[in-house]
Amino acid sequence: MGVGIEVTNLDAWYGTTQALQDINLNIPANHATALIGPSGCGKSTFVRCLNRMHETNPLARVTGTVRIGDLDIYKDAKPVEIRRRVGMVFQRPNPFPTMSIYDNVAAGLKLNSYNNRHVLDEIVERSLKNSALWDEVKDDLKKKSGASLSGGQQQRLCIARALAVDPEVLLMDEPASALDPVSTSKIEDLIFQLKAQYTIVIVTHNMQQAARVAEKTGFFLNGRMVEFDSTDKIFTNPSDKRTEDYITGRFG
Amino acid sequence: MTRIRFQQSLENLKEKLLIMAGLAEQATQRAIDAYRERDLSICQQVSRGEIDINILEREIDQAALDLLAMEQPMAGDLRFILSVIKINAELERVGNAAKSISDRVRNMQKMAAVELPVNIPRMATMASEMVRKSLQSFIEADAEAARVVLTMDDAVDAMNKAAFKSLIKVMEEQSHLAPQALNALMISRALERVADHATNIAEDVIFWVQGDDVRHHKSLNLSADLKDKGETNAS
Amino acid sequence: MRREDNLKARIRTLIDDAATGLAVLSTVLVVAPLVAIFVYLVYKGAVSLNLNFFTHNPAPVGEAGGGMANAIVGSAILLAVGSLIGVPIGIAGGIFLAEFGRGTKLANAVRFTADVLNGVPSIVMGIAVYSLVVVPQGHFSAFSGGVALGIMMIPTVCRTTEEMLLMVPNSVREAALALGVPNWRSVLAITVKTASPGIITGCMLAFARVAGETAPLIFTAFGNVGWSEKLSEPIAALPLQIYVYALSPYEEWHRLAWAGALVLIALIVMAVSLVRYVTSRGVLKGAS
Repeated sequence: MGVGIEVTNLDAWYGTTQALQDINLNIPANHATALIGPSGCGKSTFVRCLNRMHETNPLARVTGTVRIGDLDIYKDAKPVEIRRRVGMVFQRPNPFPTMSIYDNVAAGLKLNSYNNRHVLDEIVERSLKNSALWDEVKDDLKKKSGASLSGGQQQRLCIARALAVDPEVLLMDEPASALDPVSTSKIEDLIFQLKAQYTIVIVTHNMQQAARVAEKTGFFLNGRMVEFDSTDKIFTNPSDKRTEDYITGRFG
Repeated sequence: MTRIRFQQSLENLKEKLLIMAGLAEQATQRAIDAYRERDLSICQQVSRGEIDINILEREIDQAALDLLAMEQPMAGDLRFILSVIKINAELERVGNAAKSISDRVRNMQKMAAVELPVNIPRMATMASEMVRKSLQSFIEADAEAARVVLTMDDAVDAMNKAAFKSLIKVMEEQSHLAPQALNALMISRALERVADHATNIAEDVIFWVQGDDVRHHKSLNLSADLKDKGETNAS
Repeated sequence: MRREDNLKARIRTLIDDAATGLAVLSTVLVVAPLVAIFVYLVYKGAVSLNLNFFTHNPAPVGEAGGGMANAIVGSAILLAVGSLIGVPIGIAGGIFLAEFGRGTKLANAVRFTADVLNGVPSIVMGIAVYSLVVVPQGHFSAFSGGVALGIMMIPTVCRTTEEMLLMVPNSVREAALALGVPNWRSVLAITVKTASPGIITGCMLAFARVAGETAPLIFTAFGNVGWSEKLSEPIAALPLQIYVYALSPYEEWHRLAWAGALVLIALIVMAVSLVRYVTSRGVLKGAS
């Protein structure tokens, strides 16, 4: 089951540049929340603060609190532990090139020393089914490499890989931006189904996509969160003029 | 400022609608003049104008549809286009009402002119005033002015009801005047419809400008009151 | 207008063809010496190749029927020892440079050291290992020869490993980290594995380079007319043997030297091909 995310007074820096200013946000459990905003507004940085991937940059610094469920992810846990509970799917599909489909999906478990064959088989099958890829690859699990699939399939493989470790939250950073419309639709339908089990946060620069999949939407601008509300309100009658200007494309 | 072409398209759409509005207002005015002056040639003009209104209605709807499909409008732009489509329909119906009145006037020409206990001109003035005001509120994107129009509807409704009562009485008591009374009744009815259309236009303007859906406020409030009193609403 | 375009187009085609021609010519010029050497070696050396060559040890001067069996085996042993030393250290160094020490002063120092080591003349390397290993031990040995070769392998392996690791796209590392895999594990199981074809190529490059080195072995392995029993004994090596025979005044030994050179080149080519074949079998279809 998913958990809610509570963000309080979050500031983030890369060295001396402040990327996020005083973000306060409650992301509801078992919902999809979309984050929109122009390039460089901080939405990707924000999402990377939720699984502490922001820290892979040696100049990164964070203040404030992020609670996932009851856990303060900066005070009460190490990054590695957090990342097992908060999965991430990236903009460009990045399956491990030297591994088969099976190994890719199982990677998160195998690389954490989990090796029970039987259980792995089950988990791989379930994850691939949950990411709507099972039927297309079930005969080639160990024969084909992850990199030999099409773009849309690769992305679903990455989703399966993220789901295999049974996270509570799934972060998606522009998951469909490198994909064609058909693959995009498949991924969007997938998100719809995944909501029941996971909390999903999706960063997207495609507003129509946010409108299609998310119940709540947050608009980021220049490192601040300008508005956070139900998606239909944001897109039919936003409260803040800056949101309206962005959504209607009036931005300079 | 980005999306210049889109903004231009929105302006064009607005202008088209204003032309439509002009035609509808003109038709209404002509119908009322035809009634006052019993001038059949004006009825002719109304009939010809009807064709222009119908053509323009289709153009506006098509333009709006294209914008929806091609430009993915959001927020204010989306509400604007939606209200344009609705106002377009209302204006076409205003044109229909005007034609109705004009047809009644033609019919009445064949009969003797009689005095009837109903103030058609006054109703007409109010109704066309409502139309003008609602369109003005659209041009200026003024939700407050639109709300004023909403309050004027009651008066026209009342006049229509009164006309109904007195004309029915005429038909019962002076049955030889029934044809004229019936025509007058239908003209009154048409004017009441014009007022309703103006009200709808005003509601659409409010929706566009403020994102507020104020339609059916009366019946919605009424059912809320009934619920409070514990009575069920017969649907 | 049209005629001008035609002329320009024809000139462009001409230049294109000329460039292609130059490229082909350059290729030929590069490959030609290689081919020439090989052909000449075959011509001069094949005649002396017989079973004895591969099964017998060197015979005293004047006696026929000698071979270079011990030199062949000796080279193999020296290269094995050298690889055991050079490859792990080199790869570890490369991993450090690419994955853990990026940008640090220590990494810069390591890289600099590797580059310097690379430039040390092989004879100097031999003398250095002589002072550091042979003298304290009191005798020449296969071990010291292996050390010399191993040290010479380190810079190539290290730099190639680093470069191959840097070529692994960051997206792969991020994917592993985002799964909650600890960094060291991600580096080993994923990044290194992804770069392994290139790393192996680097090792083969280093291997091929030191396989033919003679100078460092002169003062370390020293050579042996017979079989060596232990790593602490001096050992024969093919390049060393070739060198000694080539400088000798004996016809018979010259012929053997040619044969030895041919065998040396052939063995290197075979070794490299074998490694390529084995590793390509292991790589899955479709992966880069």
